[in-house]
This record gives sequence, C-alpha cells and structure tokens, in this order.
Amino acid sequence: MTDSNITATDLRTAGKPAPKSFRETRRMIRTYSRSFSSMLGLALVALFLFVALFGPWLAPYPEDAYGAVNFDIKLLPPSPDHWFGTDQVGSDILSRVLIGARTTLQIGLTVTGIAVLIGVPLGLMAGMVGGWLAETIMRVTDIFLSIPGLILAIAIVGALGPGILNAMLALSLVWWPGYVRLVQAKTLSLRNETYVDAARALGAGPFRILFVHVLPNCLSPIVVKASMDMGMAILGAASLGFLGLGAQPPYPEWGAMISTGRAYLPDWWWCSFFPGMAIYLTVLGFNLLGDGLRDVLDPHQR
Amino acid sequence: MLEIDNLKVHFPVASGQTVRAVDGVTLTLSAGETMGLVGESGSGKSTVGKAALRLVPSTSGAIRIGDLDVTKARGPQMRKLRSRAQMVFQDPHSSLNPRMTIRRAVAEGLILNTSLRGRALNEKVAGMLESMGLPAQFHDRFPHELSGGQKQRVCIARALALDPDLLVLDEPTSALDVSVQAQILRVLRRLHEARPEMTQLFISHNLAVVRFLCQTVAVMYLGRIVEMGSVSRVFDAPAHPYTRALLSAVPVPEAKRRPDRIRLQGDIPSPTALPKGCAFHTRCPIAKKGVCNVEEPPEIGLEDGRVVRCHFALGPAPE
Repeated sequence: MTDSNITATDLRTAGKPAPKSFRETRRMIRTYSRSFSSMLGLALVALFLFVALFGPWLAPYPEDAYGAVNFDIKLLPPSPDHWFGTDQVGSDILSRVLIGARTTLQIGLTVTGIAVLIGVPLGLMAGMVGGWLAETIMRVTDIFLSIPGLILAIAIVGALGPGILNAMLALSLVWWPGYVRLVQAKTLSLRNETYVDAARALGAGPFRILFVHVLPNCLSPIVVKASMDMGMAILGAASLGFLGLGAQPPYPEWGAMISTGRAYLPDWWWCSFFPGMAIYLTVLGFNLLGDGLRDVLDPHQR
Repeated sequence: MLEIDNLKVHFPVASGQTVRAVDGVTLTLSAGETMGLVGESGSGKSTVGKAALRLVPSTSGAIRIGDLDVTKARGPQMRKLRSRAQMVFQDPHSSLNPRMTIRRAVAEGLILNTSLRGRALNEKVAGMLESMGLPAQFHDRFPHELSGGQKQRVCIARALALDPDLLVLDEPTSALDVSVQAQILRVLRRLHEARPEMTQLFISHNLAVVRFLCQTVAVMYLGRIVEMGSVSRVFDAPAHPYTRALLSAVPVPEAKRRPDRIRLQGDIPSPTALPKGCAFHTRCPIAKKGVCNVEEPPEIGLEDGRVVRCHFALGPAPE
C-alpha cells in the first residue's frame, strides 16, 4: 500500500547499478566472441582491412602492381623471393594481391554505401507513407528484383563501357532493391508498435516518429545486411572483372587477375589461385561477420 | 470534461466490407470522474479510448475534452490536446521504445510540449519516476532490463509528466502477472487521491478492478453502450441482460455449481455484419422474436440515472 514495499521489490531486482550502455556492450561482445565462426569472420575482415590500408607498404615489389614488365622472371612458381609466384609478365603476384585489396575495399564500400543511401530512404518512405507512392516504389523495386542483378549490371556496364568506375556504378544501381524490401517490411511492422502510438499521443510529428522511433529500431537488420553485402559486392565486382567488364589489366584487381591467369591453367595455377583465395577469404570473412552480428543484434536473442 | 457524442469509428477491410468497431457511442465524464468501460474482446472499448486521443480517426460524431474539439483540432490545438489527454496502453512491453532509456522515454513528452530543458527537465523526469517508485539507479536503464510492472509504472509516469486533465487507461493491468496487477492497482488508486481533478477513462474487461477503481461504468457490446450508470447500481442491480451475463460470469471461489449462472450461447457476432435490431438478440436469454430482432432498442433512462439499451429494461419479458 505504501511506496516502501514497491521500492523493496525494485531493489531486489535491481542488481548492480553499473552504467547501462557499458554493460550492454559487454554482453554483446561476450555473445559474439562465444562463436568461433564469428571470430574467424572478424579476423578475416580485420586482416583484409589491414592489408587494404597498408598494402602498398607491405608489398615487396610495389611497382609490379602498376604494369612493370620483367620477362626474365615470368611465370615463376612460388618461392622465397616470390611467395605467390609471378605472372606472365614477371610481376610479383603477392604484391598485386596486397595492393588489389584497396581496390576491392573501395568497390565494396561504394556499392554497399550507395545501395544503403538509395534503398533505406525509399524503404522508409514506402513503409511510413503508404498509398500510391508506396505502391510505385515497391513495384519498381519488384521489377529490379525480378532481373538477376549481375545480368543487369553486365548490361549497364556493356552500355557504359568497361572500367572499374562503371562497374561500381552498375553494381550500385542493381544493389539497392534488397534494402527497400528489408526496410519497408521492418517499418511496416514498427509503425504499428504501441510505442509509436504512444509517441503520437505525446505529440511527436511524423519526422520525429520516423527518425527517433522507427529508424533506430531498423538499424540492426540494415547493419547485418550491409556487412554481408560487402562480401557479395566484392564478389560481383570480381565477376565483372573476370568477364573483362570491370578493372582492366594490368590494374591490380582480383577478378581481372583470375581472368588473365585462366589462360595459364593448370600448369601455372598460382596465377589464378592466389587472387581467387583472396576473394574467397574476404567474402567468407564478411559473411561470417554478418552472421555473427545478426546473432548479437537480433532482438529475439534478448 | 470528456464528452463523446454519437461517436462512430468504422474501418474498411480488404474484402470491401466495413468493420463497425464503434457504432454510436455517447458518454460524458465530469471532471475528476473515473469511468470504467467494460466489454468483451472486440466490443470496441479500446477504439473509443484511442479515438478520444485521436490515435484512430473517427468516422462521425463529436469528441470534446473541456472546450477542445478533438475531431476538428488542427496545429496548435492538437498540441494542446497532447498535453491535456494522455494514455497508458495495455502492453507495457511494447509501449516503450527499446532504444530509449526510461529517463529519455519520460522526457519525450516534456521535450515536445514544454520549454523545460537541461537540469530542470532532468529533475522533473527524476521526480516523476521516483513518485512511481522507481529510484535513481533505474533511470538510465533500457526497457528490457525492467519487469512488466516497472515498465507499466514508467508508462504511467510518462503519461502523468504532462499533467493531463484526462487519462485513458487501456487495460493497464491485463498483460501483467497477478501479483504485479495488485501493485499497479494500488498505484492507480493513489492517483485518485493525488490528483482528484484528473478525469480517467478506465478500459477493462475485469469487473472486479472496475468496481475497485471507478465511480461509474459503461458496458459495451459490439460497438455500442448497452448500460451505463454508477458502479454500485450497475453491479448490484444490472438492468441489461448482457450486464447480468457478464456479472454472473465472474468466477467465485466456491465448488458448488451456481444455479443462477447465465451462459451466453455462441460467439460475439462479426462487427462487419451487425445483427438487425438489437445487436445482442442473437445471444440474449430473454430476446423475444418479433421485437428484438426487428427494432433497435431505444436508450431508456432509469430512475437512478442509469441509461439502458434494452426493450425490457423496465420490466421482464412478457411470456
């Protein structure tokens, strides 16, 4: 009947009065680090980022990345001098792989970033507004989703002409529909949450509801999807490079390197094998990281 | 204080039909009054509460809070409405933004409606939370770290922070454990004493709770009020057969079978296709063919101030 007995219950359930956000972060780190695959993903991504940042300084023969030709040492197998061997013009493959990481990171960030910038606002609009505007956005999205992304990207690059910039542009243009679907679905469900009603009852306008109450609660799935898409975009750019539509040799791009090395298979396998491993490990790393983040950020886990 | 006049709220549904969630509700609450709004699930009682705050658009009818016309309010008047009428929702687990600390949640309304900022804002928020029995170590927590009862007290603090004249409580205890329900009910009971001038609309399907907290009660069935009056009169001598059925359905701790138990047959009809005549005639134990399924019963005022919508409110059905 009095305040005192309510307070007594509260104190029992209170636990340690540690600062809240710190505890939350610590709990998330603990959940994440419990999984081996998540930690492997984190390690691979960290290694990739490190190489992308410091590649030019790590590479033993940095000039080989930009078209240095030395036919005396062409197609040498892996050795202590050339750990990954050399290619058909005598360039050190290790140097080219290390320096190529920066290009790959650029592609991944640009494609995912543009896709998020286009997809998230469209998805929020479609989810919050409704009516003909939402219908239009969603139908256009459906049309884009019904065409295989890589095929459409190939068509776009074909029209614009091959090159690394055009490849990035084409991939960005086909990547956003996934975000529209994701954000629209999430917004639709959040819009009917009681706390959104409560915010309206408190006098929050549509923009405040959108940016304070809806968007922050959409962030987890966006982050998870973006981290997985980093890997997929890298794979997409490598595919374009392999088809000769992306970066042009001798530009050090992994897909283009595989494509050139293909002609020397199987006897000179290292020309394709090492760039291929680089793509494989990077994409794997981002996918495992995305899986780990989903486990940590998914509200059902709480 | 709160006047609802012939309120209708209809929702179109995908099949092209219309759900008549609220179909002609009229009720008046004077300042300081606490009215219980009871009925089965789907009777439209929550919709009445939401329409009163304009959280759902009303199809027709008028709602006034003091001198403020809720259905026509625009711009600055809407702002005024927000600080005059507040709501506590049924499920405390979903009515707090999971990304906001409870301090932030309670501050939200004050930031939007008052010029209170900085230290003054913090003090006001802390005071509100403490008055609800949530001491300082809770204020920087997130909702998922609190129990259901604690969350519901945060919701009450959030609603009261704006000093509303009208508080709509939409089944505030039904999502909570029984032991916690008692705690929230004590909090609400104290509200009467702390703020005697505040009008409350208490939506519930728990008759015992309504008897504990309210002075007047309105019973809803299929979007209409079938009986309304003081709690003591309605509970002691229900005049509408639906009220009698509701009251006889309250479980009593006795092993003996009660002979006077009225059992309603069938389910509540669909609000897309309301029965002709009296909406209750399909399940009514005293319905009379040729009367109840033909003519809609008028509102009949009883001597004790009650309003009943039944053809046989003044006398038993003739055999």
